[in-house]
Amino acid sequence: MFKILSTRQLATGIKQFVIEAPRISHKYQPGQFVILRLYDRGERIPLTIKAVDPQAGTITICVQSVGKTTHLLNLLEPGDSLLDVVGPLGKPSEIKNFGTVAIIAGSVGTAMAIPTTKALKQAGNHVIFIEGARRQDLVVLEDEIRAISDEPYILTDDGSYLEKGLVTHKLLQLLDSGRKIDFVLAVGPIPMMRAVADITKTRGIRTVVSLNSIMVDGTGMCGGCRVLVGNHSQFACVDGPEFEADQVNFDVLVQRNSMYRDAEHKSLDDFLANPERELALVRESCKLRELEEHAAVVPGGPHAK
Amino acid sequence: MPNNNPLPNKERMKILRQHMPERPADVRNHDFLEVNLGFQSELAKQEALRCIACAKPTCMHECPVGVKVREFIDLILAGDYLGAAAKIREDNVLPAVTGRVCPQEEQCEGGCVLGKKGDSLAIGHLERFVADYEQKSGKLGLPAIAPPTGKKVAIVGSGPAGLTCAGDLIQKGHRVRVFEALHELGGVLVYGIPEFRLPKDIVRQEIDNMRKMGVEFETDVVVGKTVTIDELMQEEGYDAVFVATGAGLPQFLNVPGEHLNGVYSANEFLTRNNLMRAYRFPEFDEPVYDCRDRNVIVVGSGNTAMDAVRTSKRLGAKSATIVYRRTEAEMPARLEEVKHAKEEGIVFTMLTAPVEFIGDEKGWLRQARCQKMELGEPDASGRRRPVPIKGSEYLMDCDLAIIAVGTSANPLIQSTTPDLATNKWKYIQADPNTQRTSKPGVFAGGDIVTGGATVILAMGAGRRAAASVHQYLTTGVWETSIPAAETTTHS
Repeated sequence: MFKILSTRQLATGIKQFVIEAPRISHKYQPGQFVILRLYDRGERIPLTIKAVDPQAGTITICVQSVGKTTHLLNLLEPGDSLLDVVGPLGKPSEIKNFGTVAIIAGSVGTAMAIPTTKALKQAGNHVIFIEGARRQDLVVLEDEIRAISDEPYILTDDGSYLEKGLVTHKLLQLLDSGRKIDFVLAVGPIPMMRAVADITKTRGIRTVVSLNSIMVDGTGMCGGCRVLVGNHSQFACVDGPEFEADQVNFDVLVQRNSMYRDAEHKSLDDFLANPERELALVRESCKLRELEEHAAVVPGGPHAK
Repeated sequence: MPNNNPLPNKERMKILRQHMPERPADVRNHDFLEVNLGFQSELAKQEALRCIACAKPTCMHECPVGVKVREFIDLILAGDYLGAAAKIREDNVLPAVTGRVCPQEEQCEGGCVLGKKGDSLAIGHLERFVADYEQKSGKLGLPAIAPPTGKKVAIVGSGPAGLTCAGDLIQKGHRVRVFEALHELGGVLVYGIPEFRLPKDIVRQEIDNMRKMGVEFETDVVVGKTVTIDELMQEEGYDAVFVATGAGLPQFLNVPGEHLNGVYSANEFLTRNNLMRAYRFPEFDEPVYDCRDRNVIVVGSGNTAMDAVRTSKRLGAKSATIVYRRTEAEMPARLEEVKHAKEEGIVFTMLTAPVEFIGDEKGWLRQARCQKMELGEPDASGRRRPVPIKGSEYLMDCDLAIIAVGTSANPLIQSTTPDLATNKWKYIQADPNTQRTSKPGVFAGGDIVTGGATVILAMGAGRRAAASVHQYLTTGVWETSIPAAETTTHS
């Protein structure tokens, strides 16, 4: 089991968790993700790792309440545990000195982009970071972005905080003013990533996007997360999650991500009607797992202490 | 050897094979409860009477793990069912599983002399009977455990190969830890084989038995990602590693339209239902395609295809059809599965292959363009090759298409263990007798070596690996027939 050591509310509906996961913390590289499951009837969902501390044996994830599992997860507090966390999964981000890089992130995508941004900065890149959020209360991790980038820009769709506009406006503005950008990483909602890809494609700027397709096992076994990249089938869990933006078929991604929409709505509605009941199930599952783990050592057996 | 059979051989051969009671087809195809009900003791004894106790038991030789069939049958005749179960356990740590899922007709029962003139002895049903009896009695005949050797073995994967190897090695006094990538133990027994064929409680019970024997388990570890083989050996002090990760990546048909909503790999469809219990949505969170009043096709004809098509029927499909490019004679599925499928109303469309999937404007599958085939000359596998018939294309209505045409090697371990030699299909190379790989201290077996096969063949590999690991750990001598990885890659 994976203990929650601390939590922090980052914005409305977005929470950060520090979780005990020594194995994952030792192997992690920027760009990788975990799959987690909260209780014995729970689904498996992928979440990008925001940071690790190998010495403390912890990983950090940031969670936006979207569906049932993320809503449920965001009710958990220090002292609770996550039943299952597996990773680090997926290929690490490509890190090298491209020159000037632009990181474009939407809301919780900011958290996902931070580790790769840090690594790109360390590799000697000049880092432009453009974070976009719908409103002021959805802006996350502003201090961190300012600390790790050379040129931070924070925008809100409605202008309720700092600059008003979309991340793509800022990107276009920079490009139109003659700024040379050598590499772009876009992490966030699909329409945003697609819009970024459209802009950079015509200008020949290499762009990578991090795809959030629906996954089950995360090891390549089920193929549910397949995406169409350059007209070839790729599995986001093992071949990605990052892909060359100009090769990605976003229509197929949108279509496949809509596959369980009705079921997702039903799950969420049922959950919101009685969140305490599910929270109790989560805690019960963890307690049972704890008992099982304790019972596993047989007195007098070959590995008794 | 004792003989508890009161009948002369002639009389024994007059008894007809006993039929295993099963739930009515039109009831069971609406739920996920087990199809077969198992023998009661009367039926089991009656069936056991048919054994003619051959001097050279070919049944035993045909069993990949060498279960002492004649001896356990004799114990049934003596009424010692627990003794019979313990006898099986000497060679097979998962009798309740294999009694249900082995292709007995190709193995023990295929070797049975009775089968030459009539029906072979129902060895699988008898094995299942004693294993279930033992579980219900709660009096488990766990084998004795040797004193600790101080050696540590890591087993990668908790499927049939891994569990078998763990069960054998723990008896030798080694410390054994099994790593599993998923959150639940059992590998294909849990994510692949449906509840109606192999209830998950049976698997859980067998795993609990292994825990009682002292085997340690760690879930949520993807070896190759969470930890590497080298780290297990160098940093965590494992003296040997057995890699039994299973087959891996699903193959698709590579025809247009495979990204439509409603096209699944069998692995995904079965994993959602079996591991994640999607058939119980919304009680369980993971959803799966709502099959009610839909037309479902499953492409392929192995056990996986049968499992998928029968699952879709149980989920309420209007029609559930096997689409296969050869004929029934070439279908690799167990005979019993095909029989059960037919009884449950599954349609079999032979000599047919989809060449394109067609969707609606929102990207949901609506039809498959299919091509009729005829059988030509035999191919490398000895089976007659399907040849497309020109101009035979037609449209078949389908809302869900499940592709069950096999798997290819998952490269996760190989790619992080460069000195582990692989073949041209990226399966791990292992000696067929010792399961030793090119890397000292590392053994491999099951589907990751052979490609997709059966539960019992994987168990056989686990068994050979355990013997070989034990020999290596006690002698310290490493010999392998597999050349070093460098040579293989550059040749």
